[in-house]
Amino acid sequence: MLQGVGVAPFKSTSEWLPSILEQQHMMGTTIMAVEFDGGVVLGADSRTTTGAYIANRVSDKITPLAERIYCCRSGSAADTQAISDYVRYYLSIHELDLDDWPLVKTAASICRELCYSNKDRLLAGMICAGWDPHYGGQVYTIPLGGTMVRQPYSIGGSGSTYIYGFCDAHFQKGMSREQCIEFTKKAIALAMTRDGSSGGVIRLVVVEESGVSREMIAGQDLPSISAE
Amino acid sequence: MSQLQGFGGFQFDLLERNEKLKEKGYQVPTARKTGTTIVGVVFQDGVVLGADTRATSDTTVFDKNCEKIHYIAPNIYCCGAGTAADTENTTALISSQLKLHRLNSGRESRVTTALTLLKRMLFRYQGYVSAALVLGGVDFYGPHLYTVYPHGSTDRLPFVTMGSGSLAAMSVFESKYKDDMSRAEAEQLVYEAISAGIFNDLGSGGNVDLCVITRGHTEYMRGYAKENERLFRKPQGYSFPVGTTSILSSIFEKSLAHTPSVTDPESSFSMAVD
Repeated sequence: MLQGVGVAPFKSTSEWLPSILEQQHMMGTTIMAVEFDGGVVLGADSRTTTGAYIANRVSDKITPLAERIYCCRSGSAADTQAISDYVRYYLSIHELDLDDWPLVKTAASICRELCYSNKDRLLAGMICAGWDPHYGGQVYTIPLGGTMVRQPYSIGGSGSTYIYGFCDAHFQKGMSREQCIEFTKKAIALAMTRDGSSGGVIRLVVVEESGVSREMIAGQDLPSISAE
Repeated sequence: MSQLQGFGGFQFDLLERNEKLKEKGYQVPTARKTGTTIVGVVFQDGVVLGADTRATSDTTVFDKNCEKIHYIAPNIYCCGAGTAADTENTTALISSQLKLHRLNSGRESRVTTALTLLKRMLFRYQGYVSAALVLGGVDFYGPHLYTVYPHGSTDRLPFVTMGSGSLAAMSVFESKYKDDMSRAEAEQLVYEAISAGIFNDLGSGGNVDLCVITRGHTEYMRGYAKENERLFRKPQGYSFPVGTTSILSSIFEKSLAHTPSVTDPESSFSMAVD
């Protein structure tokens, strides 16, 4: 079933057709979020794959859940899109009841509830991050099993395994907004070069009280890596 | 599966059973697939959708001129790849839901509405409804183009390809796509992309169908290009002048039947049948 598209060119179409048409759409991904005083930085690569084929080279894996809450998605594209659609819906209603900014923890909890109670049907690793007036910038990570942990920074997706060392070595408590952006950029660029299922452009989202800003770093403008 | 039975959603136990039976050598009847090239492009003020016209069942071409660009709403169309029955029925189902929505709201359908209905349905069926779609249209907010995968994930892009010929078609798009193309440029690009699929992919073939959607106007061009028209040496058929074949000898015998004998062989009017 996991047959690559180019493996057996002379097989009958019906044999290799399903591999490209029916295989689950995956986000072999690098995603990341970092807390700073007053907000969060979220980062992600932009590659979506179906087997060995890049189905989308400019995907947006950083999805809004509320005005000041975003999530990074990894795993099955269909599952994570469905989850974030539900979270956005529940959160929009909760926001009306609350008549205030929803907490990041609330968004993450809804996410966790969906991931945990459907754990045997889903393949979703998410990072919820954002800003709220009570607790400021926060990062919550929800890995495959459906647990929820708050972390000062979090990395996820297949590419993250390549940068645990880099992140441990370079993360410092109390980094400024700009330092966090540089840290995220560099980490994702490193993961993208080593992980075959991550690549394309870097997408960054900075969430603060004053607003949300987006940045896209195109392939030719990636931070230079000395090993190359 | 068992842990959360009755929790909601569909049961897929029988499909798992069928997989086991297949492993044990049971011959599963094959559905008609549309090994396909379907594409879409956004241009200045609209979208162009394109498709080939081959439908296959295993290695046999079942239909040389089928329709793969399906109607969703007057301003929205959808190309389908995958199992022919699944693409036809999903698009028809969503089309009817949108029609009811239009009658209720009295407003033009939006592409995102069609997209949401499609992705929700396909996600519910967990990929067992194998419909891979290219959804395009123009609404209040302008032109939109999406791909929908069988598992229910969607992408929004300025140019998209789908089906077994998607790689051939994408190579054309990646080398020739420009932002803000004119209608003529977009039509030509889509035609070239579908042609690449028709000629380089075994699962695709036949003719090129095009559908151009602009604000307030949709043009469906069935058979935009007939790449594989069957060639006859004499398209009008064969006719021979009388006397082409020489008569070597003639024998006349009296008929045994109770019919009057034909006196003038040239005039068929004089022939009486009982």
